[in-house]
Amino acid sequence: MGGREANVVLLDENGIRSDGRKVNETRKVTIKAGVLKNASGSAYIEFGGNKILAGVFGPRDVHPKHMSNPDTGILRVRYHMEPFSVGERKKPAPSRREIEISKVIKEALEPAVMLEKFPRTAVDVYLEILQADGGTRCAALDAASVALADAGIPMRDLVCACASGKAADTLILDVNNEEDQAGQADMPIGYMPNLGKITLLQLDGVLTADEYKKCIELGLEGCKQVYEIQKNALREKYFSSGDKD
Amino acid sequence: MANLSIIDKLKRSKILDLLQEGKRIDDRALDEPRPLVIDTGVIPHANGSARVRLGDTEIVSGIKVQPDRPFPDMGDKGIFMCTAEILPLAHPSAETGPPQPDVIELARVVDRGIRESGMIDLSQFVLEKDKSVIGLFADSVVTDHDGNLFDACSYAAVAAIITSKIPKWEMKDDIPVLIENQESDAPITTIPISVTMGRIGEFIIVDPNIDEWGCLDARITITTNSDGNIVALQKGGSDGFTLEQLVKCSELSITIGKKIREIVKQATEGGK
Repeated sequence: MGGREANVVLLDENGIRSDGRKVNETRKVTIKAGVLKNASGSAYIEFGGNKILAGVFGPRDVHPKHMSNPDTGILRVRYHMEPFSVGERKKPAPSRREIEISKVIKEALEPAVMLEKFPRTAVDVYLEILQADGGTRCAALDAASVALADAGIPMRDLVCACASGKAADTLILDVNNEEDQAGQADMPIGYMPNLGKITLLQLDGVLTADEYKKCIELGLEGCKQVYEIQKNALREKYFSSGDKD
Repeated sequence: MANLSIIDKLKRSKILDLLQEGKRIDDRALDEPRPLVIDTGVIPHANGSARVRLGDTEIVSGIKVQPDRPFPDMGDKGIFMCTAEILPLAHPSAETGPPQPDVIELARVVDRGIRESGMIDLSQFVLEKDKSVIGLFADSVVTDHDGNLFDACSYAAVAAIITSKIPKWEMKDDIPVLIENQESDAPITTIPISVTMGRIGEFIIVDPNIDEWGCLDARITITTNSDGNIVALQKGGSDGFTLEQLVKCSELSITIGKKIREIVKQATEGGK
């Protein structure tokens, strides 16, 4: 955040990035659905060096009661980083950054979840960042979608997410921690492919109007790749042979 | 949309009916922001200040400049920090107590737009590398809430920063000492302008007022710099946008941002 140093080589002369990827390549993503015993639904994602656990409870009674809505269910999201998840110990209490990210992830998921089917209840999504390596909000959103589906909560679509950005004057897919720190722009995107709707979008950094459009399009390609991995994670749990449905 | 009261639902249908005829509830065009009035230098005790009215939304921003320790990883740069608060007198729904997520988001979106644009050349704020730097704090308070606090707070903070005077300190025995009567203009590199747009149904409206704000499907705040490049962006609200809508929003943010930047420039020239 803020400190954009240019002393790391983010893109070599062959167009290869600091971690060996091409410009339009995501990091390795693996998702496993149903990893917790007590939660209604859960998922574990490894997105490059990010390791994130998602747990969903509900629909269940709302506490405190005044938060309940007679017309619809409510969605509550907590994004939380463990003290040991980053280089320097992070204080365990939720920071302002975590509160904001919780809010944007909640708003990215709301269009997908059919909360109106469960009036007066709450669906709670807990996202625990065990290890952070750049792009945690996208990876957490990916895991949250799978955990919600695993909980059997009716959804219009899975929300898939991936960041795009700009480093060394080049648009890149799936910005890693190094590129976020030293690059020129980071744009996390959340997307519902079947509905063609972008439900999470933020940007830090400078882009021209033309780069802005291309950056979204590049990010959506990454989202679609993650979407397939999300569906496979659910297939593997519920159709254990892994066959296509 | 969750959490709508009956009144909000009736308002939404009224607002949507009007939009279908190309009209808005306060007679503005869809791409027309509310009138913007900026007064600078309103708080003499602050190093810079502005009172902004965007329609009936009113904000007061004050700048305080003081020596501080640098962030550990940024010893060669000064500190910049932006906060925002909705005062309890601003709206019947505003409460005292710890900030709610929407207020935290407000402060962070205003901060991000200014920070990412590189508006202030923080490298000029170093007194002694890694030891002592100048911090510039832009605190904005909402005194009257009539919707779209993002843009109103952002314009107020930006106008206050442009007109702020930076006192001079020198290091003596490892302590920064204030040199009286040697103030300089703030080192400004660009003027970031945010434009917030809402989507109701298929319609994109610029600068939603509080009635419209209550029934938006989704909103987006796009900040552009003086070169017309996009420097920060935040989507909010419980629904999404299509790619086409997002491209339209970026175009709106550039053209409207340009007009608003002229208003900010004019308002801040007198205060300098």
